[in-house]
Amino acid sequence: MTVADPGAAAAAQPPVDRIRRHQWLATAGQAVRTPRGATGLGLVSFVVAVAVIGPFVAPDPPDALLTYPFGKPSGQFLLGGDFLGRDVLSRVLDGGWLLLLMAVTATVIGIGAGAAAGLSAAYLRGRTDGVIMRTVDVILAFPQLVFALLLLSILGPKLWLIVLAVGLTHAPAVARVLRSASLDISERDYVKVAELQGMRPAAVMAKEILPSLSTPLMVEAGLRLTYSIIIMAGLAFLGFGQPPPAPNWGTMINENRAGLALNPWAVIIPAVVIALFTIGTNILTDAIGRVALGVDRRPEEAALVDDLAPAEGGVA
Amino acid sequence: MSADGRPATVTGNGPAGRSGDFRLDVRELEIRGGRHGPPVVSEVSLGGRAGEVLGLVGESGSGKTTVALALLGYTRRGLSVSGGEIRLDGVDLLRLGPGELRQMRGAKVSYVPQDPAAALNPALRIGYQLREALRVHARIAGDPEARILEVMREAYLDATPDMLRRYPHQLSGGQQQRVGLAMAFACRPSLIVLDEPTTGLDVSTQRHILDTVRSLCRGYGVAAVYVSHDLAVVSELAAEVAVMYAGRIVEAGPTPILFAQPLHPYTRGLLASVPTPDSARPLTGIPGHQPPPGQRGPGCAFAPRCDFALDQCRAREPEQVAAAGRTVRCVRVAQIPAGSAPRPLPSAVAPHGATVLSVRGVSASYGSVPVLSGIDLDVPSRACVAVVGESGSGKTTLARCIVGLHRNWTGEITLQGVPLAHGARHRPRQALKRIQCVFQNPYTSLNPRKTVGQIVAEPLQRFLGLSRREQTERVVGVLDDVSLGGGFLSRYPDQLSGGERQRVAIARALVVEPDLLVCDEVTSALDVSVQAVIVELLRAIQAQRNLAMIFITHNLALVRSVAQFAVVLRQGQVVEAGPAEQVLAQPSSRHTARLMADVPRLVRPIPPG
Repeated sequence: MTVADPGAAAAAQPPVDRIRRHQWLATAGQAVRTPRGATGLGLVSFVVAVAVIGPFVAPDPPDALLTYPFGKPSGQFLLGGDFLGRDVLSRVLDGGWLLLLMAVTATVIGIGAGAAAGLSAAYLRGRTDGVIMRTVDVILAFPQLVFALLLLSILGPKLWLIVLAVGLTHAPAVARVLRSASLDISERDYVKVAELQGMRPAAVMAKEILPSLSTPLMVEAGLRLTYSIIIMAGLAFLGFGQPPPAPNWGTMINENRAGLALNPWAVIIPAVVIALFTIGTNILTDAIGRVALGVDRRPEEAALVDDLAPAEGGVA
Repeated sequence: MSADGRPATVTGNGPAGRSGDFRLDVRELEIRGGRHGPPVVSEVSLGGRAGEVLGLVGESGSGKTTVALALLGYTRRGLSVSGGEIRLDGVDLLRLGPGELRQMRGAKVSYVPQDPAAALNPALRIGYQLREALRVHARIAGDPEARILEVMREAYLDATPDMLRRYPHQLSGGQQQRVGLAMAFACRPSLIVLDEPTTGLDVSTQRHILDTVRSLCRGYGVAAVYVSHDLAVVSELAAEVAVMYAGRIVEAGPTPILFAQPLHPYTRGLLASVPTPDSARPLTGIPGHQPPPGQRGPGCAFAPRCDFALDQCRAREPEQVAAAGRTVRCVRVAQIPAGSAPRPLPSAVAPHGATVLSVRGVSASYGSVPVLSGIDLDVPSRACVAVVGESGSGKTTLARCIVGLHRNWTGEITLQGVPLAHGARHRPRQALKRIQCVFQNPYTSLNPRKTVGQIVAEPLQRFLGLSRREQTERVVGVLDDVSLGGGFLSRYPDQLSGGERQRVAIARALVVEPDLLVCDEVTSALDVSVQAVIVELLRAIQAQRNLAMIFITHNLALVRSVAQFAVVLRQGQVVEAGPAEQVLAQPSSRHTARLMADVPRLVRPIPPG
């Protein structure tokens, strides 16, 4: 029984129908309404706005040599010049969208591959489980950045390869989390019912189990997006990124660190936007996780729900 | 004994006047969710006498556990006691400070929880856990070691050092609960609260634990409160009983009077729902369900489900009145006619046809552990076969072999003469369609992300490939058959009660018109009034549709209400099989006879003592 139990009068139906239709949207919506979630969403939206709108409002072309190397901020160049004398503000505004796009793509790849692996391991069990999870263990033994560097140094620093490498390095950790989340669900009776209807394993996983994993998936996605940004910025810092003339927040930190004393803004601003984005994503993810777990539920409400929940299988 | 340990807040009037020999005296207890939240429990008054058991019965959500915990001065997070008093030997527990309350708990009031496996710490030895209580309340007992051995003997545990060295997982369920009892009685409390301590135990173990509880309570002269949903157990154990509904006590009085002649319509309904192993009678459930806190109207909370309700009942909460040796909260006590005895089921069983399902020499194992050995079983068409057995007897494994969820078996299972493959994956779609299954736990058998309509339509789509319109027609039809109706099509499982969910699961099984329906403990997670409704529904459907059915249960009392044949399993072997009537009434094996003797029954003469 739930608190929203309609009782004997069918007329008094609570309006839960619409919300329930997209559970994950409801959870996200609730999360965003908590102070924590709102803060996270605010930070993330701010950085995304800078990255997306930036290129259109940048005062100067990002590649033009306009001022002195490490020129001080002035009325014309608000954040001064970089190591070649390019406008830092324009490069910050222009240097985000590709980084974010790559990070999002890598995250999608990582979550997709990881979820598929974790779910298959949990549902199929036996040998499949062993093979998948031992492979995961091996990949996890390498630090993520080192693994990406390895791939890049063998195959060359191509952008698609960076995305793929970062995405694939996410997959093992995602697989771990998703496996444990779906172990319990795989044992539920409705999954057995689907099997008894002759549903194929892939269909059982996609239609019966996956929908119940929306919350851990959302939390993982947020977390992995943060990591993607950090690793890509890190790779860019190490020289594996967009080729030189193009602006990129990660590359900018590397390029301009020699002039930290002359024009610190050329390093600080790109570092701050990256930090704001990762912190924002983290807070937002945390808020979603809390709502899903019921930590942010009012205690009275929680008590009422518990009081009505029947003892699971208790009357045996 | 009670005088020395009493805290300083003893009130002047003490246990005098009305309380008489009441050790426990609860008056007008009210518990709310939050300070201004809806009342969860209201106007609860109870009295517990020394050496006697007070039964507190009600279905899930009635507030019985909330009251039981309040007797220890405890409320769950989010709930708080907003009124009334709980006097134990004259001391109002609700006025004690946290420190004094802690001194009381364990020493003067103790608690035996429902699930001993969860209540005992798996990482600590039994001896350590028994000593713990005595260590906290050091003044109570003289020599703690001697006291432990004494209380263990009283709880019928082996009072040996070897036993004390064991870990909880090395004990059986019954022994674990005995340890729980020993811990509770160790400090010689004045009040002991038992929260369904035998739920989940097999009937024979339950019988022994109940005997132990009875003798301990009498021996120590404690007031015991026994919380249970199982009316038969309470009728055997309790001298007085209080029936709770929606947070109030609707009827209370001496057990023999109250159970022999219930006055409140809810009590009557509950008693009519209780199955009995001694006769084949249809069970009458109570339609509808209990309103949750916050959705209780101004009138009698039972009025929406009551056959006798008047406008007056719906307008105002009825006062508690004394009638025929008990108190009742019903305005129509005098007018409601005495309940008539339930008519017996037609004993003439419809002729059974050819064998639908035949199980021959089936042995199964989990890994290397054998679970079933050489099972033979026949299910005739148009008949229901009950498979009964205690936990671990292999009854659920048998069901899993038949439906194809368990693949590691040998022998032969044939469906209308055609052998079935071991795993569901290797069976043709037609074979899968013809055997449908209803699972035990309605809370995990429906996908929470799908609507009732989707859930029931799914097998139609997979097995019959009907068009959307035909599907809807059939789904609405079958939902009507299980008395849900088309209004449930767009609901989600978490908007349904346990009974409603189980109906959906039954509808999903019936919608493809199977030849055989396998029901695995389908009512064991449900309240007794809902169980009665579901069992009746299954019986009616089975008769109507001429369905062959396997009804797996641990509850012998249910067998005759639903099945024509019975098979008794023990440790993976069939010990007895035959017509249900004969197996239960004249059991030929000692095992069945013992099980029958141990089943708790309603209204027995209270043993003298």
